[in-house]
Amino acid sequence: MSGDLLEITDLKVTFDTPRGPVHAVDGVSFSVGRGEVLGIVGESGSGKSVTLRAIPRLLHANAAVTGRALWRGQDLFAMDAETLRRVRGGKIAAIFQEPMSALNPVLPIGQQIDEVLVAHTTHDRAARRRRGAELLGLVGIASAATRLDQYPHEFSGGMRQRAMIAIALAANPELLLADEPTTALDVTIQDQILKLMLRLVAELGMSMVLVTHDLGVIAETCDRVAVMYAGRLCETGVVAEVFERPLHAYTRALLQSMPGEGAARAQLIPIPGQPPRVDKPVPGCAFAPRCTLTEARCASERPLLRALAPAHASACHAGERLLAETGP
Amino acid sequence: MNRGAWLVSRLLQIIPTFILIGLAVFVLARLLPGNVVEALLGDRGTDEAVARLTAQLGLDKSIPVQLLQYFKAILQGDLGDSLAMRIKVTTLIADRLPVTGMLTLMAMVIAIGVAVPLAFVAALNANRWPDLAIRWVFQLGLSSPVFYVGLILLTVFAAGLRWFPVGGYGDTLGDKLYHLFLPAVALAFSFSAVVMRNLRASILAVLTAEYVDFARAKGIAARLVLFRHVLRNALIATVTLVGLHIGSLLGGAVVTESVFAVPGVGRLMVDSIFSRDYPVIQALTLVLAVLVSLAFLVTDIVQMWLDPRVSR
Amino acid sequence: MKRLSAPLIGGMILLGAVMLCAMIPDVLAPYDPLGFDFAALLAPPSAAHPFGTDQFGRDMLSRTISAARIDLQIALFATIFPCVLGVLIGLFVGWYGGVADMIFGRLVDLVVTFPFLVLVIAIVAILGPGLVNMYIAITIVGWVAYARLMHSEVLVQKAGEYVAAARVLGYSTPRILFRHILPNAIRPVLVYLVSDMALVILLGSSLGYLGLGAQPPEAEWGVLIADGKNFFNQAPWIALFPGAVIVIAGLGFSLTGDGLADLLEVKR
Repeated sequence: MSGDLLEITDLKVTFDTPRGPVHAVDGVSFSVGRGEVLGIVGESGSGKSVTLRAIPRLLHANAAVTGRALWRGQDLFAMDAETLRRVRGGKIAAIFQEPMSALNPVLPIGQQIDEVLVAHTTHDRAARRRRGAELLGLVGIASAATRLDQYPHEFSGGMRQRAMIAIALAANPELLLADEPTTALDVTIQDQILKLMLRLVAELGMSMVLVTHDLGVIAETCDRVAVMYAGRLCETGVVAEVFERPLHAYTRALLQSMPGEGAARAQLIPIPGQPPRVDKPVPGCAFAPRCTLTEARCASERPLLRALAPAHASACHAGERLLAETGP
Repeated sequence: MNRGAWLVSRLLQIIPTFILIGLAVFVLARLLPGNVVEALLGDRGTDEAVARLTAQLGLDKSIPVQLLQYFKAILQGDLGDSLAMRIKVTTLIADRLPVTGMLTLMAMVIAIGVAVPLAFVAALNANRWPDLAIRWVFQLGLSSPVFYVGLILLTVFAAGLRWFPVGGYGDTLGDKLYHLFLPAVALAFSFSAVVMRNLRASILAVLTAEYVDFARAKGIAARLVLFRHVLRNALIATVTLVGLHIGSLLGGAVVTESVFAVPGVGRLMVDSIFSRDYPVIQALTLVLAVLVSLAFLVTDIVQMWLDPRVSR
Repeated sequence: MKRLSAPLIGGMILLGAVMLCAMIPDVLAPYDPLGFDFAALLAPPSAAHPFGTDQFGRDMLSRTISAARIDLQIALFATIFPCVLGVLIGLFVGWYGGVADMIFGRLVDLVVTFPFLVLVIAIVAILGPGLVNMYIAITIVGWVAYARLMHSEVLVQKAGEYVAAARVLGYSTPRILFRHILPNAIRPVLVYLVSDMALVILLGSSLGYLGLGAQPPEAEWGVLIADGKNFFNQAPWIALFPGAVIVIAGLGFSLTGDGLADLLEVKR
């Protein structure tokens, strides 16, 4: 797709740890279109956050990253430091899970916004301050001018997450990478923040990649979803389509394991076993040991991601069976 | 609690601290087994001499009266008379304290000046050769007694190369700095090791902090990430550390001054032990403890200024 | 089980060497440490005298080896006494809390206001120079560090399930304290003890050097250095080698301490 903003191809991330290499992300490919909201969902340890952080090269020296991440045709992984710096925050912004630890505790919020504007705009001091106040207003923080001089610990949890969004939006980025932005918040505030993010994405014409472990969040906010398991992509497709007709055994199990809307009486089926440790690459399907639909080849032959329906791809040997069961 | 209120309550805390220090020194001075005066005068103690000295030291009164007089005298700025030098202890200390102050300050500046950049280099190259080399040198610093380092510096740079004087103290400021340089380096050696070790650890902790990743994600220059987000936050921990170690630095100064014949309070203290000049020892213990508690106060205030979370 | 780290092994080798000197000085020392040799006064290091000789022609290698015993004794006594006192105080204060806790907190704050070395020197000044008085002084000042460590550990242990269980079973307080809490809380204290040995070796030799610790003719490294300092220009080896051995012993203890902290996963 030539209209894609971001195109990830065969992303692999290996962490060098004292106990040997860990293959956190193992050959993931996906793309994000203009104005699109893509959700990446998976259990903890599935590699979804690592995938997200690998894109603007935020991982540390102990992570070996291979593959390609094309931003408007330019490979982020091959970019020189200065070009990358201009893309970070300027074109691709990020927000993290834990606003208390992601905001620097000893700098006022205003300065934490200001440094983005210094890095990516030519505004003078007064204009930057006006813009700072405007941004806080945009994310729904009242009395913005005084709030600019306050420190993170003087904000409530929800306010901190709003402030972090304001910082991310400061330089009008085109893509927002959101790493579990609501997980650390109270349920009521989660909903407010999600609505805010959706509104801003629509108003500002941004694209977004939203990483979460919460299928409900995906259903509420995303256009497309990518399901990850053990560092691999299982299934991608339009959200409604994937939820309606999962074509990967893991996605199906995941959906059955959580309470759905309307079907309150439907029995919840927990997934047996534990997510595997990704110390060594699994030859076959990583989900096979916990799967109820296994075939002989699942243990030895790695299923490839392939389109089974329009805009719906799956990496499951049972994909065709699932497709046949549910009909066209 | 706002900053002003915090500051006032912190300042007020110093009063009970001072009283307790005074009390502790008073108790300490009365730990002496046997009769002080007889110990002081030895065989020369005629009854008359004993009575005179007992009265001079105020030991003929009851303990509560002694305590009262002791605090009254302190409040009037009177710390008694030196038995060996027959002058007011306050004069003696006022004369010697600036020397020790300057020595300690110089050592602090040298130690921080060396340790902070090296801690940075070590942390940014964690577990590679620059880090290992720096850690080994400082491990040596942690294991070397200050008097030994002093003696080596003295042999090599003063006696051998004759770059520095072998001891003493100058008249002009430049001359004083010149005289105190080697002692300050000796004193700084182990202290810089302490600073380096702790700063390295806190930089390593800060480097993996989420707010540093977030700062990188903002697209601000790498240099700014390092200085504004990493160094600043790591230094806050170091300020506390330096403050807490003022005492050990002063202790080290006592030894260093003896090695380099620097006329500061440390040397005065050691000399006073051999001349059994108890009023001087007692006064110095008091003064140095008061200085340390003031250093703690300054540390807390600096900490509040650097870290907005402190006063909350 | 974690592997023994290189620093730990290195530290233990250094300590082993020093301990060997302390245990069998007569076997290791090539000469009588007190034997004068007027044919070799202030002789520089040579094959016959690897560490040289002093102003009386005494072999410095033999003197340095024979001094190991007192310095190791310092490392032991100047940590064990403060440790035992501090652990007991920390244990009881942590357990009973209340007023004791308040007084303890005040006392700790007070003691840390005094520069450690200054307070030790002041106490030695009052009691008189010498090893025994030095131990007393270090104990009076040094228990605080152990008591603080123990105190905070006890607070953690006190909240543990097993303590509640022991109480329900009606165990006596001394039994809970010494049979249950102490063994569980002692680990960081013991790790600190080893690192503290490095510090007191430096402290003890400093006091020896100043003439406040070990007294001649007791052979102690600081004393040896003080002996040699008057000949530092002509015969630097007199002070150089005993000093180097202090550094080795200090390294041995601090590497071992760091290695143990790593091995036992004790945070500091």
